Amino acid sequence: MESMAIADRLRAEFPDEILHSYLNQGQAAVVVRPGRIVDILRWLRTAETIRMDHLRALCGVDNARRREPGLSRFEVVYNLYSIPLRHEIRVRAEVGDKDPAIDSVVELWPGANWLERETFDLFGIRFNNHPDLRRVLLPDDWVGHPLRKEYPLKGKEEWAGMTELQAKVRELDRFGFDPDGHAHGQAAPEEDEP
Amino acid sequence: MGEIADPAMVRLEEGVRLIPGANAILGPLNKLVNWGRAGSIWPVTFGLACCAIEMMDAGAATNDLDRFGVLFRASPRQADCMVVAGTLSKKMAPVLRRVYDQMPEPRYVLAMGSCACSGGVFDTYAVTQGVDQIIPVDVYVPGCPPRPEALLEGFLQLQEKIRKEQYRWSQWR
Amino acid sequence: MTRPIAKNMEIPVADGEGERYSLRMGPQHPATHGVLRVDLELDGETIVACTPQVGYLHRGFEKLAENKTYAQTLILTDRLDYIAAMANNVGYCVAVERLLGISVPLRAQYIRTMVAEMSRICSHLLWLATHALDIGAMTVFLYCFREREILLDLFEELCGARLTFSYPRIGGVRQDVTVRFIDELQRFLDIFPSRIEEYETLIDTNRIWLKRTVGIGKVTGEEALALGLTGACLRGSGVDYDLRKHQPYDAYGLVDFEVPLGSDGDIYARYRCRMEELHQSERIIQQCIDQLPPGPIVGPDAPDLVMPNKAPARIEAGTNAYGTGLIKLIRDRNLYLSGDVYVATEVPKGELGFYFISDGNNRPYRMHIRSPSFIHIGALAAIAKGELIADLIANIGSLDVVLGESDR
Repeated sequence: MESMAIADRLRAEFPDEILHSYLNQGQAAVVVRPGRIVDILRWLRTAETIRMDHLRALCGVDNARRREPGLSRFEVVYNLYSIPLRHEIRVRAEVGDKDPAIDSVVELWPGANWLERETFDLFGIRFNNHPDLRRVLLPDDWVGHPLRKEYPLKGKEEWAGMTELQAKVRELDRFGFDPDGHAHGQAAPEEDEP
Repeated sequence: MGEIADPAMVRLEEGVRLIPGANAILGPLNKLVNWGRAGSIWPVTFGLACCAIEMMDAGAATNDLDRFGVLFRASPRQADCMVVAGTLSKKMAPVLRRVYDQMPEPRYVLAMGSCACSGGVFDTYAVTQGVDQIIPVDVYVPGCPPRPEALLEGFLQLQEKIRKEQYRWSQWR
Repeated sequence: MTRPIAKNMEIPVADGEGERYSLRMGPQHPATHGVLRVDLELDGETIVACTPQVGYLHRGFEKLAENKTYAQTLILTDRLDYIAAMANNVGYCVAVERLLGISVPLRAQYIRTMVAEMSRICSHLLWLATHALDIGAMTVFLYCFREREILLDLFEELCGARLTFSYPRIGGVRQDVTVRFIDELQRFLDIFPSRIEEYETLIDTNRIWLKRTVGIGKVTGEEALALGLTGACLRGSGVDYDLRKHQPYDAYGLVDFEVPLGSDGDIYARYRCRMEELHQSERIIQQCIDQLPPGPIVGPDAPDLVMPNKAPARIEAGTNAYGTGLIKLIRDRNLYLSGDVYVATEVPKGELGFYFISDGNNRPYRMHIRSPSFIHIGALAAIAKGELIADLIANIGSLDVVLGESDR
């Protein structure tokens, strides 16, 4: 089925949820409201001539610095593909700015579990009804969400685990073997522990 | 006797020099033990990223590390060297320190690859800029990734360093 | 409760009444293919719950890509799946070319197909070596590395690097193949089928291998698709999904090959799929060599940092001569289109997808990497449940994960 035809059928099925749809380089995308995202994706998965059974990618986007006007701050983008029918579509769900949250699609695709955890980790978008929403790529006690546009590339203040580790390193180095004092730029210890 | 210009000699007063460690028994013993230690460096496997593949290549058939006596051990308790091959992320740093602490003395560290030496291409929020912020490093092998021959050269430099050491294996260090 | 494993031999099976034992298979472990941590809850030797933890190699690729130009991000993609770096580069280039509407000449397409398939052979050889080593067959490791060394020497002949190539560029490839490269590649292809047979004789019908891989780690086709598995893991369960056939890119539409499918969905089926893929890769490379057309290797509208085919006609006074003509060319045309695309390619591990959002300037606004290893490790919890610890190692090996790609 042609990409825009799928978008048109989706618009006919959920007229209130679809905001607009467009075509770019032969790929169709639909921008939707987040309210009924699980129903939309379930319909796309089970509808007779559409059958999008493969959730290819799920990611978050921060639109803070984009030139296009009228976009919500955060978006969750679902890229779907149909293996029997060989067509694809992209669904962009708008998510607000303050306390961004959207329903989880784990009930449709269990593989979305980790993808949603990653989006939460890097953007701070919460997923309702997710079985186990915690950080996956960064340490559990990391502060901040790195892929937001205001987070600098080299990070903000140091991670608590790192400062703890550096204090421990300084303490343990007193007992290390270091005659030239090269380690960590410190002066050589006066005497080594026997 | 001619002028002896070896900087390892200690000057006591004018005209008198003391050659340190010239003890007739301990000197050759030191050399023997160092020869043994340098000829059988056993690294603990600490491959993190891409450099680990080149480390495996250095240990495989064409460039064989085993002919230098290098045998990879899985447990740090049985190893005397650690080859940190790859990028050290901040989440992994405490683990690195813990494995280093479990190695018995005398122990050496070989930082393999640009990421281990200084952070490499990845100057980001999640990467430690160099493994020497966490553990003391003996040999740096730069490259992205370094060729297996470069890693071999790193091991040879480490062997040279071990041979020059004085009594590190004993209680008089 | 016991279950029989051989004549007159039974092993106890967990029935939920024993005491639970927590074991952490730490990030530093010789059999976890990188820095993967798996938290296990065991009842005897049976795994009751398995929680993989990743992130120990998170380097911030996606954030870094937002601060670098498209050409600079290319070198980062080498470090994703560092075992088959050419395939990642090709995937990235295909995605950026789709985003910016850049065309690639036919010769470059054939060359990229050729190196991507060579990369697939490299990756599958290393997969076989480490998988067999984990299960206990050590000879296979040395044999596979022998072939891999030949391929790495070929790569070095082609582009100078053994592991992180950055040879495919946006709009084509970096430099042309030489006659010597083609001759040596042909010689490799002549001996390779007999080498594959050598590996197969070592383990294909070996009783120990069969006992450790048949019936272990079974997933049905629907389960696999719901978990997000792709590549040989999905095809081992019988689902016919190969991006080289579904959405052909480069020269895959012009060469003839088959996609092997399994039916049982266990470790042995995935192993057979990948071994067959080695044969098919060899077939594709042979056709690429035979059909390689003459022509340019870089498209006319390729962006920065690919050397132009001829020197610029006029260098303006007072400007830096290096690349002046090229920079002027870029500013004259509106090269950087805005919009978003998602393009996926078939790397040896599965489906590697790049979702790009471009805002009209020379840096990507957002680059999301759909990494197959991340999703496969996420599926490990479901696959390894209820099996023994030794099977966990075999399962990790058969899912073919690499942590650099998973953690990005």
